[in-house]
Amino acid sequence: MTCDLWRDKLDAYADDSCSGEELANIEDHLRACTACAAEALARIQVKRAIRAAASARFSPSPEFRLRLEKSIHKSRKPLWLSLWTQSLAASVLALLLIAASVVSWTRHAAREAAMAELLDQYLATMASANPVDVISTDRHTVKPWFQGKLPFTFMLPELNNSPYKLLGGKVVFFKHSPGAQLLYELRNHRLSVFIVQDQSGEFPLQSGIAAFSPKGFSVETWSRSGLRFAVIGDSNPADVHALGDLLRTSN
Amino acid sequence: MSDRLGDFGSFEELAMPHFARLFNFACWLAQDRSAAEDLVQETFMKALKGFSSFQQGTNFRAWIYRILRNTFLTSQAGLRASVSLDTEEDCPLEPSTTETPESLFLSRVAQETLQSALEELPVNFREVILLSDLEEMSYREIGLALDIPIGTVMSRLSRARKAMRALLTSRIERA
Repeated sequence: MTCDLWRDKLDAYADDSCSGEELANIEDHLRACTACAAEALARIQVKRAIRAAASARFSPSPEFRLRLEKSIHKSRKPLWLSLWTQSLAASVLALLLIAASVVSWTRHAAREAAMAELLDQYLATMASANPVDVISTDRHTVKPWFQGKLPFTFMLPELNNSPYKLLGGKVVFFKHSPGAQLLYELRNHRLSVFIVQDQSGEFPLQSGIAAFSPKGFSVETWSRSGLRFAVIGDSNPADVHALGDLLRTSN
Repeated sequence: MSDRLGDFGSFEELAMPHFARLFNFACWLAQDRSAAEDLVQETFMKALKGFSSFQQGTNFRAWIYRILRNTFLTSQAGLRASVSLDTEEDCPLEPSTTETPESLFLSRVAQETLQSALEELPVNFREVILLSDLEEMSYREIGLALDIPIGTVMSRLSRARKAMRALLTSRIERA
């Protein structure tokens, strides 16, 4: 190896950054080469001279040190507060999210329970040998039958020119309050219409028309004038929706 | 939370021992006492703000020097210094003699002249020499402070020293 190549390694030697084997090789060469040894010595001397010349040439004033320390202490307080505020905000947000989740879950559970109760009543009617208490296809017979039995009234739609046929009705109890259950026939399907008082706490369904398909049945429900309407059937959702439209037109 | 507050307590313990040396280094970079004070002040504020991102157990010195250096580069003094790596390619080669310029120079000139030669170096050469010779950082530490690979540290340091030699040689010749 030529001296030029050895001299490329002298900076690392002067900086004490050579690996063990490399260091041993360089020192072997320096013992044998006066010129490179002088070069290495010079680099070490310059390094030391620079350190001496540059070290502590500029000293900070005590006033600046004090000013900086004050700045750090001043900055720390907002950081404390900031962290505390951030933690508090995060905690409040977490609590709100938990509360919203609980409310949402509670509403969902209440809705599920309400739907299950109506579905049970529908299934019981379907299984009964006497599904209705007032048997008539005439709405002017069925509706008056409810007079005095319910704390509210409602209108039944005109079914002429429609595929639906009124079969009758009966009083049901939903959430301990009396309501009306009407039975309609469409082809070979039977659909029930429930009309109950809309108690938002007990029947927390969203506003507008909501459609569900619990256990393969079609359900459509809506609220109007303080009454909750629900149509349940084992036919397709379009049939349920069409009967719902007839009822919405009447009420 | 308490850990974080403890961190702020430990910031001063970690940072203040470097205060005087950082100020010295800042003066060498900015070459103006007032600008250096601003530089150090801003460095400490940035370091305090970003202390949560500092990984405990890693090299705090290299971390805070890196903040100072980056702050300098975006300061007016740093922009004036026009840091450019192009200068790394423009170093005259030193004469090859057994009587080195350094040995001649060191025997004849005062420390002030050496300081003025350092000041005359381009800032990217000056900083790498100061980190190595003054701060005695390892190549790895310099790499962390300057955000460059170790290979670049070595080549830049070599060019910086050649530039320093050229400055010393021209001064000897003038003398």
